[in-house]
Amino acid sequence: MIPASFDYVEAASAEAAIAALTEHGDEAKLMAGGHSLIPLMRFRLATPAVVVDISRLSGLSYVRDGGDHLAIGALTRHCDVETSDMVRSQAGLLAHVAGQVGDPQVRHRGTIGGSLAHGDPASDLPAALLALGGSVVARGPGGERVIPAAELFTGFLETALAPDELLTEVRVPKVPDARWSFQKFNRRAQDWAIVGVAACGNGAGTGVALINMGQTPMVAAAVQSALASGASAADAAARAAEGTEPPDDLNGDAEYRTHLAQVLVGRALAEMA
Amino acid sequence: MTVIGTPLKRKEDPKLLTGEGKYVDDIHAVGELWMGMVRSTMAHATIDGVDTSAAAGMPGVHAVYTGAQLMDMGLWAAPLPCAWPVTPDMVNPPHYPVATGEVHHVGEIIAVVLADTRARAADAAEQVEVSYGPLPAVASIAEARTDGAKAHSELASNKSYTWALVPDPAALDAAFAAATHHVTAEFTQQRLIPVPMEPRGVLAVPGVAGGDVTIYSSSQVPHFLKILLAATTGISESKIRAVAPAVGGGFGAKLNINPDESLALVLANKLGRPVRWTETRSEAAFSTHQGRGQLQRIELAADADGKLLGVRVHLDADMGAYMMLVTPGVPLLGSFLYTGVYDVPAFGFTCDGWFTNMTPTDAYRGAGRPEASYAIERAMDILAGKVGVGPDEIRRRNYLAGGEKFENLAVPSTLVFDSGHYGPSLDLALDKAGYGDLRAEQARRRAAGDSKQLGIGLCTYVEICGLAPSRALGGLGFGSGGWEHAVVRLLPTGKAEVVSGSTPHGQGHETSWSMIVADKLGIDPADVTVLHSDTAISPLGLDTYGSRSLAVGGVAISMACDKVIDKARLIAAHQMEANPEDLEFAEGAFTVKGSPDKTMPIQAIAFGAFLAHNLPDGMEPNLQEQMTFDPSNFAFPFGTHVAVVEVDETTGQVDLLRYVAVDDCGNQINPLIVEGQIHGGIVQGVAQALWEDAAWDADGNLRNPSLLDYLVPSAAEMPSFETAFTVTPSPANPLGVKGVGEAGTIGSAAAVINAVCDALSPHGITDIEMPATPRRVWKAIQEAKQ
Repeated sequence: MIPASFDYVEAASAEAAIAALTEHGDEAKLMAGGHSLIPLMRFRLATPAVVVDISRLSGLSYVRDGGDHLAIGALTRHCDVETSDMVRSQAGLLAHVAGQVGDPQVRHRGTIGGSLAHGDPASDLPAALLALGGSVVARGPGGERVIPAAELFTGFLETALAPDELLTEVRVPKVPDARWSFQKFNRRAQDWAIVGVAACGNGAGTGVALINMGQTPMVAAAVQSALASGASAADAAARAAEGTEPPDDLNGDAEYRTHLAQVLVGRALAEMA
Repeated sequence: MTVIGTPLKRKEDPKLLTGEGKYVDDIHAVGELWMGMVRSTMAHATIDGVDTSAAAGMPGVHAVYTGAQLMDMGLWAAPLPCAWPVTPDMVNPPHYPVATGEVHHVGEIIAVVLADTRARAADAAEQVEVSYGPLPAVASIAEARTDGAKAHSELASNKSYTWALVPDPAALDAAFAAATHHVTAEFTQQRLIPVPMEPRGVLAVPGVAGGDVTIYSSSQVPHFLKILLAATTGISESKIRAVAPAVGGGFGAKLNINPDESLALVLANKLGRPVRWTETRSEAAFSTHQGRGQLQRIELAADADGKLLGVRVHLDADMGAYMMLVTPGVPLLGSFLYTGVYDVPAFGFTCDGWFTNMTPTDAYRGAGRPEASYAIERAMDILAGKVGVGPDEIRRRNYLAGGEKFENLAVPSTLVFDSGHYGPSLDLALDKAGYGDLRAEQARRRAAGDSKQLGIGLCTYVEICGLAPSRALGGLGFGSGGWEHAVVRLLPTGKAEVVSGSTPHGQGHETSWSMIVADKLGIDPADVTVLHSDTAISPLGLDTYGSRSLAVGGVAISMACDKVIDKARLIAAHQMEANPEDLEFAEGAFTVKGSPDKTMPIQAIAFGAFLAHNLPDGMEPNLQEQMTFDPSNFAFPFGTHVAVVEVDETTGQVDLLRYVAVDDCGNQINPLIVEGQIHGGIVQGVAQALWEDAAWDADGNLRNPSLLDYLVPSAAEMPSFETAFTVTPSPANPLGVKGVGEAGTIGSAAAVINAVCDALSPHGITDIEMPATPRRVWKAIQEAKQ
């Protein structure tokens, strides 16, 4: 498809990107790896007047030790998260999930910040961040704030980020001792999950998140509370779809997705046991 | 020199793999205008108004034409062609490139924008306002059959034709009356979207003088394109040059005369400016024809031992909104194969063709034959279950000639199979698969109640290709012959040049043709240049489809080489002062028998023929011969495929664990190319079995027009194929070759679904509709448990 006409701004710095967002407001869209935005533009489902390209802000591509957490620059490519020794050893779930996104071409272009800011309920990385209990750093004209993952996803493709805010960093707790599992059910390797489950737990508790079970990436709250109150893995898994609104599309209806969520949560918990 | 039969790497590939291939979209002409299509968003509606004023005023827009305006301009002498009127009374509503009055499918062109860039054409097309008067849409075969809603308001019925092949009705009835076992099965052949790697595109360039137009098109059939565009536009055939440059796959999708091609030609001719268009991938889902689209009912009659007595088939075939080039004939291509590889005394086939408000259907890899193979091979498995024997045994009991080798065997569908040898094909496939061990593993999992169950599926297919004896095509009402043309010339420098009328779009013709010529003339394949796909260079040709290129076009080249050798022999004999019959031709040179020092290489003869200083009296100078080969029979490749699947009963996921393919395409020119064709063919059949499905909703909207939702599998989903070959030469041509382009697709869908049903058989499940999606399989298991 052919995108509608738009103006292109290449941001030289994070501040310049924020300034461009401040100037153009709702008319502007940030582009990092482009793997979410460009398809929408080609279908003319998104027709931003201005595209602010932040893909050359190499200062936002890093993995650092932040003390009790890992700090990952928003523009870090999926393949760099996947292969980072620090992420692998301190937050194994995140490294593994980054390696399951799309296909190798996608993983060499797509960025962790872009994926989270897009807020797609079918994406893998938001669920990993939810299961890990991570957060993101948003920088706007007034400075920085930290948004917990649990408060980031507010609606279908909507996030708590303000129109003039740039997601600059992703933070995940260091959990070197955690057991984790990622269950992605799809029909082809490169597809979005029909249903997916990310789970991560240690002595402090277990986080379980669901992919493609509603309008947003979401925590499997009923599973988490069942586990916290000492329920068996099977009983917890049976509650996987509670509070969800599974979509109905060519790959699955609500009944099938409910079943898959229960099966996949069960498999995740079994793998972690 | 023995080149034939060696796995030579393809000549074409270095260029294609390094981005040097020139596709239509890579070719540009000064002053070109881009077409932007305004397409119907309604499946069936009256066009009550088309407001082009906003679009016409946009920057870079040269013109906007509605269908009515184009018709008033008198650009067409006739509607787009259908070359296969299968019955004299076939209903075929006129199909012009742009709709007027009423639209009949989503995506039908309503108006055309011409602009100086592609983006501007797209922007302007979006601004054209169409007022519709919605009409009820016919969005399935089942709905078409009720005639409740009409796909075309002016037609009395949605039925276009009924075609029948029932050689002996009384014998067929008697067979069913006498049978112990009856199978009645209904199968759906879902619609498929062909997805060649290169979408279609066209560029029409008026000549700087002379009133001619060159049309570059991503086409399998430039020769048909030239003739049929001339016939439908009134532009002289001599003024149209059709060129298919590098073409990135076709699979039948580029075997057509499309609205966009006709529009580009007439507008370029009218305006005197180059006119171009390249479809986007999502546009292709509507603007290029789709494949399959059949409801099949097959009945088998068998005796107590499972020996077939009769096969009766009825098809309801979805034509879509219009008859394209060979739309109505696709089911007929399969009609002769519903008895498969089996000895069936009585046979009957009927087909009704129905109009619907969806994109037209037409040829797609296998065209009618995968459907036939699927129906008989699925039904044979069901029969095996009734008789209480294995799927291998039911096949052995019914193979033609008892599974022994045969030549020129008449079958009840009125054809004569050229050659076959089915028993060893099954033996080899089962052996390679380790069939006994697989059955033991299956039994173990069943006994253990494993959540992942094993399924093993067999298919012995036969197909009909090498299209075709011209008289046979005439008998079927096909509006073309089936010959192919070739010119072979030795150039003064000693190199060879071949002009072929067959048109490659990925098959490797340049390599295969070079090998045939090299083998025949005893020269290096690198010294052979193959010219093709341009009607100015290769004016005679019938192009590439139906696995015909080698069995017809390749044979034509081989026979032209024979003529070249015959003429060269006369020249050599004349110049060496010997009798022609005393000369031996080997390793590219003529030698006088008994005098090995008296020898003359064919390159020297070619130069001598060019000089013409010393030729036999009356002989024409130059060493060049042509051949138009019209085959005496079709070719009938066959093979046995074994699919091994694992079904996760908890989720319904089907995992293809192994795929064993034993194929027989007669003699092989290049085994590497054969292997590649088999691999690609298998994937396309497996894709139909497990993934692909053009999902039209009740209103005639396509729900998955992009590759996000239309699931074409990738290498990641496929096991490493285990291939082997048997060789049963065809007696119908001097090379003994058959054809291999479609074989993999014809064998694989049935093998996979047989495997899925085999895995699910303990639940009493006998059929799963294609594609066997996880949800569909899971729901079938849930229903079976209730």
